[in-house]
Amino acid sequence: MRTVIALGGAALLTALSIGSAAAADPPANIQKDCAVCHQMSGPANADLTARQTRKGPPLYFAGNKFRQDWLEAWLQKPTRVRPAGDFVPAHTATGPEGDVVDAATLSDHPVVDAAAAKEIAAYLMTLTPNTALLEKEDYTPGRVPARMGAMDFVKFKGCGGCHKDTPKYGGFSGPELYTAWQRLQPPFIVSYIRDPAAWEPRSLMPNKHLNTAGIHKLANYLRTIGEKPEKAK
Amino acid sequence: MKKLLILAAFLCGSIVYPLPAPAADAAHGKALYRTYCTQCHGLSGDGKGVNAKQLSVQPRNHQDRAEMSARTDADLFKAIKEGGQAVNKSILMPNWDGNMTDDEIHDVVAYLRELCCAGAK
Repeated sequence: MRTVIALGGAALLTALSIGSAAAADPPANIQKDCAVCHQMSGPANADLTARQTRKGPPLYFAGNKFRQDWLEAWLQKPTRVRPAGDFVPAHTATGPEGDVVDAATLSDHPVVDAAAAKEIAAYLMTLTPNTALLEKEDYTPGRVPARMGAMDFVKFKGCGGCHKDTPKYGGFSGPELYTAWQRLQPPFIVSYIRDPAAWEPRSLMPNKHLNTAGIHKLANYLRTIGEKPEKAK
Repeated sequence: MKKLLILAAFLCGSIVYPLPAPAADAAHGKALYRTYCTQCHGLSGDGKGVNAKQLSVQPRNHQDRAEMSARTDADLFKAIKEGGQAVNKSILMPNWDGNMTDDEIHDVVAYLRELCCAGAK
């Protein structure tokens, strides 16, 4: 018996087990089990209540979003990507000095073994309904001086209000971004910044109407802070 | 009569943001506020959201009757739709026009009026 499940660092998740049928039809079982917490088929859901009650990010475009090697590794050793969960108000509480993350409401993502992680990651990479969005982007990854990039990220564009660009600095409501480059496909980063609602109609991220140069500058900053050291030059 | 109609059309066209429609739905505005606004402005609207401590400019306390009364509905609509910079405030308040329709922003404004000023403070 092997334990499998979905993605989404902050999701409220329940471990399921796949029986012998898994071997017979792995994609169907992966699809079914991930769907406990994740939207596994399109179209995009614009319903506000659905956004407030969902347990993890949609995965039906996972193959347009994630890097396969990250998925495979993360599933075996999942960490929380979204400090305050997938829907922040559901995972915050009011304390004496203001709202704080209510850790008691957050659940860890189940761990899967290496074979299952490989199988799930490979399947998720086949889910690519938004390829046309990625094909609109013409982005050649570059670099930006870290200090300049940080200033742009925090001061000029305000991204640090919700996102962390280091483990210690930044807001709690958005997914951590110091690991974004390892996690996400570069064209996805660019496309999502350009128009979050094109991917998720009820995205909690604003569309800042940045021009292409501004978007690429942010993506380059994510590369600068997130690229694995062995790949850095 | 024709001149009056032209004048009326001109005046309407000159209004950037109309006042909230009478049908503005404060209850829906509350749901939208919870979704998009509380991360910075707080679950109770007190300006102490989960992100607030990380922000160099503190979010507006929407329970502050005096502060909120000094803003027109059109001001609030513009700040939400176009962001803080559009009303000479912080860039940390983003534009939400990509997330909410104009009608939905009117609903949020209606809820803000309840939040700040419905009770005795």
